[in-house]
Amino acid sequence: MVRLPYLTALTTLFSYGLLFAFGQLRDFFRKIIDWSKSTSKGLEGYAPICLGLEDFYTRRLYLRIQDCFCRPIASAPDAWIDVVERYSNDNNKTLHRTSNTTKCLNLGSYNYLGFAAADEYCTPRVIESLKKYSSSTCSIRVDGGTTDLHNELEELVARFVGKPAAITFGMGYVTNSAIIPILIGKGGLIISDSLNHNSIVNGARGSGAAVRVFQHNNPSHLEEVLRELIAEGQPRTHRPWKKIIVIVEGIYSMEGELCQLPEIISVCKKYKAYTYLDEAHSIGAVGKTGRGVCELLGVDPADVDIMMGTFTKSFGSCGGYIAASKEIIRYLKYGCPAHLYATSMSPPAVQQVISAIKVILGEDGSSRGAQKLAHIRENSNFFRSELQKMGFEVLGDSDSPVMPIMLYNPAKIPAFSRECLKQNVAVVTVAFPATPLLLARARICISAAHSREDLIKGLEVISKVGDLVGIKYFPAEPPNHQGHDHKKLE
Amino acid sequence: MASAVMNMTTAALDWVSVAFDAPLARAVVFGVHIDGHLVVEVLLIAVILFQLTRKSYKPPKKPLTEKEIDDLCEEWVPEPLHPSISEDMKAEPPTLESAAGPHTIIDGKEVVNFASANYLGLIGNEKIIDSCVSSLEKYGVGSCGPRGFYGTIDVHLDCEERIAKFMGTPDSILYSYGISTIFSVIPAFCKKGDIIVADEGVHWGVQNGLHLSRSTIVYFKHNDMKSLENTLEKLTRGNKQAEKIRRYIVVEAVYQNSGQIAPLDEIIQLKEKYHFRVILDESHSFGVLGNSGRGLAEYYGVPVEKIDIITAGMGNALATDGGFCTGSVRVVDHQRLSSSGYVFSASLPPYLASAAISAVNYLEGNPSVLTSLRSNIALLCKGEFCDKLHNAFAGLSDVPGLTIASHPLSPIVFLKLKKSTGSSKGDLELLNNIADRMLKEDSVFIVSTKRSVLDKCRLPVGIRLFVSAGHSESDIQKVSDSLRRVAATTLAEHL
Repeated sequence: MVRLPYLTALTTLFSYGLLFAFGQLRDFFRKIIDWSKSTSKGLEGYAPICLGLEDFYTRRLYLRIQDCFCRPIASAPDAWIDVVERYSNDNNKTLHRTSNTTKCLNLGSYNYLGFAAADEYCTPRVIESLKKYSSSTCSIRVDGGTTDLHNELEELVARFVGKPAAITFGMGYVTNSAIIPILIGKGGLIISDSLNHNSIVNGARGSGAAVRVFQHNNPSHLEEVLRELIAEGQPRTHRPWKKIIVIVEGIYSMEGELCQLPEIISVCKKYKAYTYLDEAHSIGAVGKTGRGVCELLGVDPADVDIMMGTFTKSFGSCGGYIAASKEIIRYLKYGCPAHLYATSMSPPAVQQVISAIKVILGEDGSSRGAQKLAHIRENSNFFRSELQKMGFEVLGDSDSPVMPIMLYNPAKIPAFSRECLKQNVAVVTVAFPATPLLLARARICISAAHSREDLIKGLEVISKVGDLVGIKYFPAEPPNHQGHDHKKLE
Repeated sequence: MASAVMNMTTAALDWVSVAFDAPLARAVVFGVHIDGHLVVEVLLIAVILFQLTRKSYKPPKKPLTEKEIDDLCEEWVPEPLHPSISEDMKAEPPTLESAAGPHTIIDGKEVVNFASANYLGLIGNEKIIDSCVSSLEKYGVGSCGPRGFYGTIDVHLDCEERIAKFMGTPDSILYSYGISTIFSVIPAFCKKGDIIVADEGVHWGVQNGLHLSRSTIVYFKHNDMKSLENTLEKLTRGNKQAEKIRRYIVVEAVYQNSGQIAPLDEIIQLKEKYHFRVILDESHSFGVLGNSGRGLAEYYGVPVEKIDIITAGMGNALATDGGFCTGSVRVVDHQRLSSSGYVFSASLPPYLASAAISAVNYLEGNPSVLTSLRSNIALLCKGEFCDKLHNAFAGLSDVPGLTIASHPLSPIVFLKLKKSTGSSKGDLELLNNIADRMLKEDSVFIVSTKRSVLDKCRLPVGIRLFVSAGHSESDIQKVSDSLRRVAATTLAEHL
């Protein structure tokens, strides 16, 4: 949990207040200048696309620090990337590419197992299936879009995750948005964690069911909410709910925390609610054999009703899957809009996932899979413990490859990002609206492709920049203790 | 009689007034003359004060006890997550064993493929495959991140520039999946309180986008301009605060559900008259309509700046995946921060973006592929050539029991039943029967409409044939002969 120091909260609020005031001042002058100029031709009678304060945040706050986001790269998103340099002539309002690149350490891409760049086992097979099946099937799954690769992938995913059957889609976001409406409709209840991803929120809204939220990762609050809502029934009519689905994520990408899965499952079983687990960040990245949060926390996959995941993060491809019982998958294949209306997954991407899963399971004949899994666990734990020793406020549980470092103050966001880039380390900073207003953070994603030297260099740079920017909110451990640990690890 | 009653009433009233006024008329309390009505008023005030001091009766609020909540939770039985599996849910689509080009292999046999929207015949094209291979070797498969967090690869930016240059618009934005394009674009621009006028035949992606936008949605009759005009008139009549409300018309260029083409010139006239913005989904017309494949605007000769937002999925003519949205700089920039399918999702795999660039280059360099596509469509619908034996070939215009319901230029040839069975379920059964028999007996692969339970579209179901520029004349002849034969026998009892 984040512990926000009182002084930091005050200074952060003051900074935002100042930015807001300046923004309003500039808006006022802009209105005066525009009033004297004539309005653009052809748009009289049309309401503007954004009115008043709707895009205030974009215009006045985000555009100032636009160069910290959407940085283009000119290489594969591997452990080291070539970040393209950009320049601006009008104070960051528009950015232009140059042809210069800088080689930076990549601490931002979701490349947990290192499958991002060309891989010795996967890439030849991917190229072969590209030549055989071409880059797209141009057809929906139910028409002419099912190739034998798709069937093979679904069986493999079901076996990997530990469920009887699976269905795959071409995009992870669409998986959530199109599955939830078909499973539950009006008269049903969805209880979701307060920090769930935008795709789940969209899917829940699109379904028409009532949506309630429980406190992040708090099984006792979930129990309270369930008891209250089952006893009350549907709003206004008080009829009993048709069904209740509880949606949680395996690893929360902005907190780096693992879900308290065993407790939540037992609460749901007691109250007969269905569980939906979104393992976008945890499948392939945690667990002894990479099978995700269920394996790590010792939960039987048969206890979770529906398991969802994406192939973008650990498998270096694109797309998403749902694994559940055979009947549910049959029903989804019959009625799910993403299956019936969206182009099927591109065959080379399918082959990439198949090869990646085979490597993880060791079925390619080598032990690279087990090495990668051990590597990412070691790397994550090492990096996190070192950062905590330096005095940073790092969130997340051990074993999780996602570690947010708290920044809080809005001015520290671009400072941290630009200073790190100057020293050739590419980090990701996240602010409002992806996180609450006061809790801006820098998020590090560790990969199995990072070597120990890469991590040490990253740590040095982050420590230097942290001192410069002033984000070491906790006291650092005394240096002789640190030195002692360093020697032990090397 | 009446006068007697009147006399009695006046006598009674006099008596009452005397009774009231008489003694008190002489009473003077504290120098105030007391009239009769004052007593009534004092009494009334006393009664009111008395009532106010009484405790009001509220039924006591009894919250449920823990035991009662426990009992309710015990009693409650949820519905199962899925309904019982019926026979038609168990049908499996055929599995392809090779690329989905004009000829493909199903179950070891080679079949003629009219089920892939491979309009320009780009599946299997050497140049595209080469560009994909070099991209795969350089960038790997996935992009491992959303656009905001190092998922922007230079091929994405190149692809956006290429598409904008091709379409003649200032800028464009790439999405990572075809269907997510339209249902992310609509909620990014349309918020609660806005008005959207949409065609009733739009596909599920558009419907989902409309639902997520929380705006007021009004449907007009499918492709009927009179109905559109009436709706626009009704909505804008006498609406004074319309300056603050944004108004949109959402149409598709080629409708997936019926094969009709939207009359863009009339829509633009209506839009300018009533001040609405147009959102046009060109998934099945990009790379197909117009002299150089630039879509509906080129076909109708309308300058592309008049359409506010154009979206398209690239999974059809361009033979890759993903989608794009193009328009003015303001429109595109707004989406980079507020479109959920762009901000919160991983970006398009780089090899698909390079495939899109090669496909657009190919299209720009070989406009003859469009003429072959058009002649194939015309051939299929109308025939007009005589084969070697001088037998007139009539195409699909005289298939027993089925009529062509799509526009003559639409690459989706849509056939519907001349006489419906009365329910779309029954229709679909017949049509699926026809498709299965054609695959088994004649090795021709066609498909019927697929509709989800969540789809709100009520247009009739039918058979869809996706014509490609890669189909040869013998393919087209084969499909029309087979369809004629199978339809005659299957629909014999039904006709």
